[in-house]
Amino acid sequence: MYTQGLDQQGSQDNTEHANADREREAAFQARIDGEEKIEPRDWMPEAYRKTLVRQISQHAHSEIVGMLPEGNWISRAPTLKRKLILMAKVQDEAGHGLYLYSAAETLGTSRADMVDQLLDGRAKYSSIFNYPTLTWADVGAIGWLVDGAAIMNQIPLCRCSYGPYARAMVRVCREESFHQRQGYELMLALCRGNDEQKRMAQDALNRWWWPSLMMFGPSDNESRHTAQSMAWKIKRFSNDELRQKFVDTTVPQAEYLGLEVPDPDLAFDEESGHYRFGAIDWEEFFAVLKGNGPCNRERIEARRSAHEEGRWVRDAARAYARKQAKRAAAQAA
Amino acid sequence: MAEQDWPLWEVFIRSRTGLSHKHVGSLHAADQQMALQNARDLYTRRQEGVSIWVVPSAAIHASDPAERDAYFDPADDKIYRHPTFYDIPDEVEVL
Repeated sequence: MYTQGLDQQGSQDNTEHANADREREAAFQARIDGEEKIEPRDWMPEAYRKTLVRQISQHAHSEIVGMLPEGNWISRAPTLKRKLILMAKVQDEAGHGLYLYSAAETLGTSRADMVDQLLDGRAKYSSIFNYPTLTWADVGAIGWLVDGAAIMNQIPLCRCSYGPYARAMVRVCREESFHQRQGYELMLALCRGNDEQKRMAQDALNRWWWPSLMMFGPSDNESRHTAQSMAWKIKRFSNDELRQKFVDTTVPQAEYLGLEVPDPDLAFDEESGHYRFGAIDWEEFFAVLKGNGPCNRERIEARRSAHEEGRWVRDAARAYARKQAKRAAAQAA
Repeated sequence: MAEQDWPLWEVFIRSRTGLSHKHVGSLHAADQQMALQNARDLYTRRQEGVSIWVVPSAAIHASDPAERDAYFDPADDKIYRHPTFYDIPDEVEVL
């Protein structure tokens, strides 16, 4: 009897909790539907918080890991001008990572935890950064295509329902435009150069085109999170919509360069006004995501050793701050 | 077990003289000097500011969003605080 009574008591409590949660969730959804922004200390469903932490931290990790393929060319940039540009771009990516970690931290997860998740392989980052940068033209292709695809993804995120994420994306997008333009200009310089330079540009496009299309994520009918993320206005357009938009704007840019997009099925469809493109090799996408891309191990290894080798600097700064604080306290006393 | 982060700081930037400092985001730093330097590198790479404040996040005391309505309600019914509450004949100028 006693235990049964407790059980009943418990289930009644649970229903009350569930009802209260449902009410709060309905009020939350009404705010979202009314285009109100959600701020850090507002009530939010746990699943909303979790989705955002996952997405924003993945996004931050992508910016940080994204410094590696391009950083590979800083010491070998062909001119001082290109070297300064590339350093500024890579520094921006570090900045983007930090804006995003700080946005994710407002949801109650520490940056140290997020970094740990990246380093021990629990967290993912954009699959594109697991491809190697083999020639200088790859720096151009990344700026033009990879940053171009990122911009397509990020512009709608400026209107995301979560305030700190939206505000971080406004800053990121403002800076990203320089990244894409410097990449295209670099490609243009190669395409106006000699035959070997032009071949280099074409080769870079050949290798980066398909991985860039994959950056938008799985096709809509395969994407697990799309519907809920759209209802919460974290996401405004589906993966396929954004991918189509990217193809439509990028193909004419390739034509201007005099380069050929490596897709025999690519054709302009007069009726819809869109380019039709060939099938994406999703097996490759999922293999890279699982850790079997050309550079997955190298990237994580580079992040781990940077983290370990920087540890003494972090410790020393902390010790110095403690010493200064103690001195200041002693002087005040 | 994750290593502890450096303390968190909130960053405020005056975009040009004559304007107030405005919150732009946060960052981690071991002490106030590093917080200022990091804020400059992180938030003013493109002439976004002429002055920076950094404040330890833990020092900020904020109102509770769950009590927003009740908290700001007293301002609602004091319409006499607004200039449009007062009826002044049209003939009276500069008022």
